[in-house]
Amino acid sequence: MVEHLHSDGEEPCVTLDAFLEQSNATAVRLEPDEDARALIPYLDRLKLIEVAFPAFRDGRGYSSARILREAGFTGELRAQGDVLVDQIAYMKRCGFDSFAPEKALNPADVEAALTRWPQHYQTAADGAVPIWKLRHG
Amino acid sequence: MYQYDEYDQAMVEARVAEFSDQVRRRLAGEITEDQFKPLRLMNGLYLQLHAYMLRVAVPYGTLDSRQMRMLAHIARKYDRDYGHFTTRQNIQYNWIKLEDAPAILADLASVEMHAIQTSGNCIRNISSDQWAGAAADEITDPRPWAELLRQWSSFHPEFSYLPRKFKIAVIAADEDRAAMRLHDIGIQIVEKDGQHGAAFYVGGGMGRTPMIAPLIKDFVPLEDLLSYTEACLRVYNRYGRRDNIYKARIKILIHELGADEYRRQVEEEFVHVKSLGIDPPKAEFDRIAAQFAMPPLDASAPDAIDRSDPDFALWVDRQVAAHKMPGHAIVNISLKPVGGIPGDASSAQIDLMADLAERYSHDELRVTHAQNIVLPHVRKADLYAIWQKLDEAGLATPNLDLISDIIACPGLDYCSLANARSIPVAQKIATRFADLDRQKELGELKLKISGCINACGHHHAGHIGILGVDRKGTENYQLLLGGSGAEDVSLGTITGPGFDEDGIVDAIERVTDKYLAERAEGERFLDTYRRVGMAPFKEAIYG
Repeated sequence: MVEHLHSDGEEPCVTLDAFLEQSNATAVRLEPDEDARALIPYLDRLKLIEVAFPAFRDGRGYSSARILREAGFTGELRAQGDVLVDQIAYMKRCGFDSFAPEKALNPADVEAALTRWPQHYQTAADGAVPIWKLRHG
Repeated sequence: MYQYDEYDQAMVEARVAEFSDQVRRRLAGEITEDQFKPLRLMNGLYLQLHAYMLRVAVPYGTLDSRQMRMLAHIARKYDRDYGHFTTRQNIQYNWIKLEDAPAILADLASVEMHAIQTSGNCIRNISSDQWAGAAADEITDPRPWAELLRQWSSFHPEFSYLPRKFKIAVIAADEDRAAMRLHDIGIQIVEKDGQHGAAFYVGGGMGRTPMIAPLIKDFVPLEDLLSYTEACLRVYNRYGRRDNIYKARIKILIHELGADEYRRQVEEEFVHVKSLGIDPPKAEFDRIAAQFAMPPLDASAPDAIDRSDPDFALWVDRQVAAHKMPGHAIVNISLKPVGGIPGDASSAQIDLMADLAERYSHDELRVTHAQNIVLPHVRKADLYAIWQKLDEAGLATPNLDLISDIIACPGLDYCSLANARSIPVAQKIATRFADLDRQKELGELKLKISGCINACGHHHAGHIGILGVDRKGTENYQLLLGGSGAEDVSLGTITGPGFDEDGIVDAIERVTDKYLAERAEGERFLDTYRRVGMAPFKEAIYG
């Protein structure tokens, strides 16, 4: 289930560089220009990966999220930053399961956005059955 | 043609509900214009100089009479009684009110249409050959592939915030009628060992840095089409430049990486993506393809055309193309009357074309990237009746691919990006060359006008191209020669210093005079230019 806010009191995220330098951290933050695949060898010991969205128009984080989920990451995948209600349905489809928007979202709008789409045309990282599969059983 | 099922219909209706809610929140001040902008753009709504412009998708340029009539209805009810067909096979309306947009989208959804992803930094309407399914020279109908891509790209969660817009074209004939290699991805359906597959050309485009797409993969099997496309896009989404809007298109990425390195990255990504199971089974392709089956045409329909009316014969020779079925023809309707606005049609004209399609063309119409309309499946025996009705409506101009069949962007008359007006220049050129005998003497001559460097009017791909620029506060027009968007694709070269509005018309006349003086037997303007080069033309222009 999607969580709309992250919990307090958690371990702070370290940068990718710090993590790759033999960090024992279990939470890492990925900037848009950083390669999500650098984390693939360590996914089983990571509890949280925070993907930064410094500007909502920068869509690199969507690919980062899918790559991490496609590689089998099962921990918390958080979208942080300029995260707006009109993007979160796509974010969820790409594998994000928590959101840390800089500006609080209206819960009713979030609920509407996440329940808007009855089905989806394509396979993504959320396990939704694509329309073509529904058509052919 | 493709009919929505319950799933397709539910998706467009969800989109209408979503956008209605977004407009409501915008009008209530809950979201800023900066936040609203990408949302309205993904629904085809631009803020132009005087009003909102709504661009409606016509997937791969195909529509039926019911849909065409809806386009007329929208022009009448919400706009100033006309619409403008675009170089992306869409239609746009220039005088839309924001508060009407949700109702328009609901009207469109009622006839299986939408404005989804007709703008914004996402995958745009998939374009195709306007003669698809009818052309004598195609190896198959490319539209089922385009429809497969339409569905895959609609609301794609990973590729809705790309570095920049992304345009895909699909063709299936060697003659390229869709400017395929000037798209971000151009796909040509080809045959190898009796199997159909897709040749991928990636990284073409016009704009301020025009490039011809290099071949990235010569044969992608059908069952890998979406995986391969997804791999192409993922590499772009991750590594395309985002620091500079003018360098953000995929062509720049491929230019900077080199085609070989881009291919290597795509192939690596493809191996991974292919394992995800994103490609639908053949049954889904077959389901789509069955809906594009050729309509029941009578192969014994008479092949002869009564040419006794000379005006009709003139039109037949210019506007009618070969159909794959004997006794049938493809009719090209010119939206380029002399002195008119290229690509514009009134609601009455749109309705008339819908009527003709319903009665004579198995209920099908096409929009062409050259801003004309096609009736794809017409009995030759019906051509005269069609011509008479077109003629009464001012739609029988026999100028296909002649100098007055001009592609022009809306330019400074409408567009907030434009530096110069395009429409008056198109009108002046068409008027100068109005004499049809003179046009025919000049032969195939594709003239394309853009009112700014973004090149919506395809000026780089014109045999003769015109680019409007702003020169110290006045409109100035640069002249380009030698471009082509067809299978002999090339980019035009600027002749030299630009001209004012009348000067550009004079310069074009000097160019065409020079062509007539220089041409060898059977040469088109483009052929002569390629043989003799720029120098003689430059001499003629600037003397």
